[in-house]
Amino acid sequence: MPPVAPRSGDAIFANVERVNAELFTLTYGAIVRQLLTDLEEVEEVNKQLDQMGYNIGIRLIDEFLAKSNVSRCNDFKETTDVIAKVGFKMFLGVTASVTNWDADGTCCSIVLEDNPLVDFVELPDNCQGLYYCNILSGVIRGALDMVSMKTEVTWLRDVLRGDDLFELQVKLLKHVPEEYPYKDDE
Amino acid sequence: MIGVGKVKQYGNVLDKPLNKGKQEVSLSAFAFLFSELVQYNQTQVDNIGELERRLEDAGYAVGARVLELLCHRDKVILDPDMRGYYSGQSSSILSLKDLSLGMGNRRETRLLGILSFVHSTVWKVLFGKVADSLEKGTEHEDEYMISEKELLVNKFISIPKDMGTFNCGAFVAGIVRGVLDGAGFPAVVTAHFVPMEGQQRPRTTILIKFAEEVLQREARLG
Repeated sequence: MPPVAPRSGDAIFANVERVNAELFTLTYGAIVRQLLTDLEEVEEVNKQLDQMGYNIGIRLIDEFLAKSNVSRCNDFKETTDVIAKVGFKMFLGVTASVTNWDADGTCCSIVLEDNPLVDFVELPDNCQGLYYCNILSGVIRGALDMVSMKTEVTWLRDVLRGDDLFELQVKLLKHVPEEYPYKDDE
Repeated sequence: MIGVGKVKQYGNVLDKPLNKGKQEVSLSAFAFLFSELVQYNQTQVDNIGELERRLEDAGYAVGARVLELLCHRDKVILDPDMRGYYSGQSSSILSLKDLSLGMGNRRETRLLGILSFVHSTVWKVLFGKVADSLEKGTEHEDEYMISEKELLVNKFISIPKDMGTFNCGAFVAGIVRGVLDGAGFPAVVTAHFVPMEGQQRPRTTILIKFAEEVLQREARLG
């Protein structure tokens, strides 16, 4: 049987169950507000959002692989391309692009023009240190962790902080060699 | 370290036009997010009651904003076929005639008006469908129920045995309370599982108990 071709983000998004983005946006806002009330320190909120994203990422990768037919990526460039073109589209309905590659191909930027998390949002003066969308960087880190890539994901630009775009820098730290025997075979 | 960081340079968020609200995200994205909300709140409480209260608070914040959003968006488009009010034995059926449908740039001031707004408009916008049923309690004048066979937030949730009657619908109850409170109809809103004959999964009923002042005002308005 020939391998099944990977599906485009648009095709997957058109076929999955969807919900109103405003429910998603406002629910995320409620989470951020709860964290700000509970943790008080903006730094702690950033950390918690990243942790929540990581938890989501390690679960989300399964659905991503199952629905996208994407097989093992040959290099990190292909990986980030798949995140931007398929991943973001499939879950959030938006497309991202990849730019600013470094010379050895281990660090690049994922750029988002549209981000459903930030509709209706304005950072008040006392929350200026907040990375409002930090959950997204956690998701990417968690998902890549599950396919043996340790990464560092940081926000370079954020519309809520006055930039024109959202820019996430994804840096490949190392490939974790797979260990044999696989746990599943035990 | 609240208070540090860059000074904001962007325009006022209120200057942005309200879009039509047609954007969508995948249900899984919402389900993953909601599950993190529940799990995080589980770490902050020591009993079920408190967990439900915290989910309700989160929902309340959503409801308050949904009311504002829908009242400001010029025209809320309602589907012509808003039928299917459930007729249970313990309740009287509310017919479409009783409910003044439609809302545009204004807020409902009458009890049935605001209830239909929640059951129809709010539900349609948030969950993509009108709620399965809206009923009036027969034993208490101040009680109304909105029921849903498969509530979106309960779709991927299974309740462990040791968590008893816990219902993630508390989040939706909070949304309902947020809308009602913002519209001037304070109420106590709770979510309950109701077993259904011949169905494996129970339905979720959102019980709305209005404050006394609401009923008094309604009586005065005649």
